[in-house]
Amino acid sequence: MAAAPSWMCPPAACAETHSELRWGGDAEGGAPYVEADPSDPSRVVGFDVEIAGLLAAGLGRSARFIQAGFTSIDASVARGDFDIALSGIEDTPARRSRLAVTVPYYEFREVLTVRGADRGRFRTLADLRGRHVATLGATLAYDLLVEAQARDGIVPITYEDDVHPYSDLVLGRVDAVVLDQILARRGVRRNAGLYNQDAPLAVGHYVGILAPGNTALRDRMNAILRDAMRDGRLEAIFKRWNVWNEDQPRLYARVLQDASPHPVAPSSLAPAGGTPTAGAWKAARRYLPALLRAAVVTVALSCLSMALAVLLGVLIASGRIYGAPPLRAALTGWVELIRGTPLLLQLFVLYFGLAAFVQLPAFVAALLGLGLNYSAYESEIYRGALEAVPPGQLDAGRTLGLSRLQILMLIRAPQAFRLALAPMTNDFVALLKDSSLVSVITVVELTKQTSIFAANIGSWVLPGIMCASIYLLLSLPLARVARAIERRWRLA
Amino acid sequence: MMVLEVSAIEVRRGKRTIVSGISFHAARGEVVALMGASGAGKTTILRALAGLEPIAAGSVTVPRPVGMVFQFHHLFANMTAHRNVWLALVHVLKRPRAEAERRAAELLDSLGVGERSSAMPHELSGGEAQRVAIARALALEPPVLLMDEPTASLDPARRGDLAATLRRLAVEGRTVVVATHDAEFARACAHRVLSIERGRVTG
Repeated sequence: MAAAPSWMCPPAACAETHSELRWGGDAEGGAPYVEADPSDPSRVVGFDVEIAGLLAAGLGRSARFIQAGFTSIDASVARGDFDIALSGIEDTPARRSRLAVTVPYYEFREVLTVRGADRGRFRTLADLRGRHVATLGATLAYDLLVEAQARDGIVPITYEDDVHPYSDLVLGRVDAVVLDQILARRGVRRNAGLYNQDAPLAVGHYVGILAPGNTALRDRMNAILRDAMRDGRLEAIFKRWNVWNEDQPRLYARVLQDASPHPVAPSSLAPAGGTPTAGAWKAARRYLPALLRAAVVTVALSCLSMALAVLLGVLIASGRIYGAPPLRAALTGWVELIRGTPLLLQLFVLYFGLAAFVQLPAFVAALLGLGLNYSAYESEIYRGALEAVPPGQLDAGRTLGLSRLQILMLIRAPQAFRLALAPMTNDFVALLKDSSLVSVITVVELTKQTSIFAANIGSWVLPGIMCASIYLLLSLPLARVARAIERRWRLA
Repeated sequence: MMVLEVSAIEVRRGKRTIVSGISFHAARGEVVALMGASGAGKTTILRALAGLEPIAAGSVTVPRPVGMVFQFHHLFANMTAHRNVWLALVHVLKRPRAEAERRAAELLDSLGVGERSSAMPHELSGGEAQRVAIARALALEPPVLLMDEPTASLDPARRGDLAATLRRLAVEGRTVVVATHDAEFARACAHRVLSIERGRVTG
């Protein structure tokens, strides 16, 4: 009999779907956690994939993988998108307070990676005062860097992935990277000239996370994990992925000695900012200064990019109206190229793609990317507005003996500006929000800071409301200013 | 003495001939009316004299600058009546701003719209806008003033005023060429009336 689609199966057969263990992970995290099988990209491989298989087998179910973004994986599991998430997920006080967390199955050390030439002078974070230190956002390593920022004066730089911190370290954009030893070993293997300092900065653990109401399933999984620690199946998995070390037997001994759900502390870090139950308001007060600082970055970046976009837009529009045919064709092509490709791609090319030739600082690359992208849209607004000025106005200027430039500056441009003002305001508000895209090239602006906040407290509700309020506070006055200018122009 | 000489001019747009074989002249202090129905080519002739249309054949001799008053005035929409008048004095003739502003105020006063000098073009009535446009055209003191359908936006009483204004300008020594389809107005202001039909002078 052919398999029926699940939506039309009779109740008895539907019980089949309950015999699946739906587990979530981020295949972008890569080996050795979860990655698409190079020989068959429809399959995933990695130690987390094998642990999911081990848990499913212990429950008498079959494992089904569901892709989830790393930064939203907590929210997805809490919503019930899957039963458990396994993806190199770190044990934290915040996770313990909001989710059902399994016993730890792997202990990792946070490692400081530096360029080989600096191995003598940058041994600890205290040696890196005033220097840029990279890591992944919303991780134990990030918390370490935030602590070191206050204590040692380092500058934390957050990345969305674990590849570019190391390539930017080679390029000299940052002076050190802090990540767990699995990523650090991979970073050193892939990039010549890097060195991992031996002394660990902190110790943490990987766990599985489940929805908060799912403690019964979590307890069954804990029993399966403890069995696998006892009989060597976990050891076999980690040995296969070449990440087994002497820290693991010590961890397993502690986990097996203590039958409680949380036999060991989440990490060697003191829980930052008080107890995990301190409450969302306390967290909000703690994060507000960082959000406001990030809002300043958003405003500065938006205003400067818009200024660049307006300047370039005016030049492009003027060239397309007054220029010789080859110039006009070139400018038309440029506008179509910029408008026809994603801003995200342009940012990647400017920051990472050009890095071999010119190393733009992240803020400059963000400014250029946004400015160039929006200049294409602005130029179309100005071109349309300039062409909408009635030809009689230009004729009148010519009969008075005004030059072409005088007619443009005194008559055509001022009238076009009035027509362009409303769409320009619209674009500025759009740019203010598009500026959130620059977080992919390590600029921490408002949205990025909010997602770090949300990951840290394990909820998007309060951070989302705070972030939206700040964006509104920024964009509403803008609309008012634009309306006031329009009114003044009409009466002037 | 002839101030304006037009001999056998032809204006084309693409393959279409708009006017051809137009010849006339005008002396200092003379008001000439070009009469004809809409589409006869009057506006094109004025535009050619003002240098706004390229001439395909023939020649035009006219002292520059030429003053031009458009049918729809074309006052610069982004500035006051006053600035419309002094703009060219400052930016073309490079007169000092204060002097240009004084001269513009005098011109507006002499045309009876001095009290409207701070108004924006869209706030002016048709007759007011026309008088500001005349002031703007006269600011550069052109020997020749061209006017396109000046009676289109005027009531009969205003038409009489305008005819008187044009005659006064002629007495002051200007040459005026008026394109109009209003025969009564043409008779009231012009020393000479030329009929234009299908792009040619017929009388």
